[in-house]
Amino acid sequence: MPRTYADLLREARETIREVTPQDVNALSPGAATVIDVREASEWEQGHLPGAVHISKSYVEQQVEAAVPDKDSEVILYCAGGVRSLFAAQTLEQLGYTNVASMKSGFQGWKSAGLPWEAPVVLSSEQKQRYSRHLLIPEVGAAGQQRLLESKALLIGAGGLGSPAALYLAAAGVGTIGIVDFDVVDLSNLQRQILHTNDRIGERKVDSARKTIEALNPDVKVVTHEEMLLTDNVDRIINGYDVIIDGTDTFETRYLLNDAAVAKGITVIHASVFRFEGQLTTFIPYEGPCYRCLYPTPPPPELAPGCSVAGVLGVVPGIMGMLQANEALKVLLGIGDTLAGRLLLFDALDSTFTELKLRRDPACPVCSTDAAAARAAGRPLPIPSFAAAGATSSTGGTFTLGGQA
Amino acid sequence: MSIVWIPQVLRAQTGGNKQIDLAGASVGELVTGLVEQYPSLRGQLLTDDGELNRFVNVYVNGQDVRYLNGLATPVEARDEVRLLPAMAGG
Repeated sequence: MPRTYADLLREARETIREVTPQDVNALSPGAATVIDVREASEWEQGHLPGAVHISKSYVEQQVEAAVPDKDSEVILYCAGGVRSLFAAQTLEQLGYTNVASMKSGFQGWKSAGLPWEAPVVLSSEQKQRYSRHLLIPEVGAAGQQRLLESKALLIGAGGLGSPAALYLAAAGVGTIGIVDFDVVDLSNLQRQILHTNDRIGERKVDSARKTIEALNPDVKVVTHEEMLLTDNVDRIINGYDVIIDGTDTFETRYLLNDAAVAKGITVIHASVFRFEGQLTTFIPYEGPCYRCLYPTPPPPELAPGCSVAGVLGVVPGIMGMLQANEALKVLLGIGDTLAGRLLLFDALDSTFTELKLRRDPACPVCSTDAAAARAAGRPLPIPSFAAAGATSSTGGTFTLGGQA
Repeated sequence: MSIVWIPQVLRAQTGGNKQIDLAGASVGELVTGLVEQYPSLRGQLLTDDGELNRFVNVYVNGQDVRYLNGLATPVEARDEVRLLPAMAGG
């Protein structure tokens, strides 16, 4: 005999455990997964803090990814407590053993005066543009909003900076700063994919702005057409959440490191040579800094840059994209960064190798003593470039060049 | 024999060899063997006093020897030793 809606509802009520909004509110954070099974348009009007949104129509497809442990407690709610009962039955059919439905739903929650929050609402165009991010639970609308509010600074719009800029812009990082004083040269175009043939001779920061704005108008591009120097580094890096180091000189790398550590800004570091790349993430005081890794720079004849030694174009491409990946994780607060690990890439073998990095307890920049001295207004002396061996045996010194 | 990996930036000094099998009981012995075989590497790896240059890191099985025992760090057969100089290219 066919059953009616009333029959189905009665059966669900008889089998599914129900909890009150007060019960749910009393749970300690993380004790249960709370799932809002309403439609997206309802969720956008407001939801329980910490709840996950899975529309009832997607419960079967999405709940196992959201709640892998089928014995953990799951509480479902909807607007009034009916749809969540039926969704709870579905979870039980999927083998979830500890499922409850919140009586009287979100309306009951609000009537009880309990706290709720309105999610970030992206424009319909943004929902479409970032739809593949929104589908990932680790990003979602909140993560996307975080990216849109984030500021990333690229030191160099060259081989590393180009792919990093493109992917950060595509991902919707809201502000992208670019430091570069160079102009586009024909020899750049083999790898610096921000730039194009018709922009040869144009300032790289202007070329980068055009490419980024054409890709994603959500991004505000801030250009710094200047060399990173001791007297401007603090001003330039101020206010950024993360920095992508794609420079071509040791001098700039040390200068950036010292200033970023002092300001507590994470630097995603990469460097390339022919077929090889090195990559790590320097999170001040959590992991080592550049001076912990390499206390002094090599003399220039032992460390030629790309303009002298050459580089396979795709190598900075790969390393720059890995920098973008690190930056996105830092901005979203997800995953494990490369802090304390150096990743080596060998394009000829197609191998990645990982080395362990440590903080140098005697580091003149990031050690406890160095931080205390800085806080006291008496920073520890840092080996100067000449003293650090930057002057070669032939008397040559490092030059502040562009990003090759 | 330990395997010593030569990064590209130093390979001009090793006749293009990327992987060199060397016998030695410590990192110091391996480095000595290496610079005997390829004398032009000496200036890149070692100071005049025979210490490792601060711009070259040496890793034994992924661990920086500066935090082990430096050149005295013992090595065993089939240990993987990597020389890693700083690179600036971007």
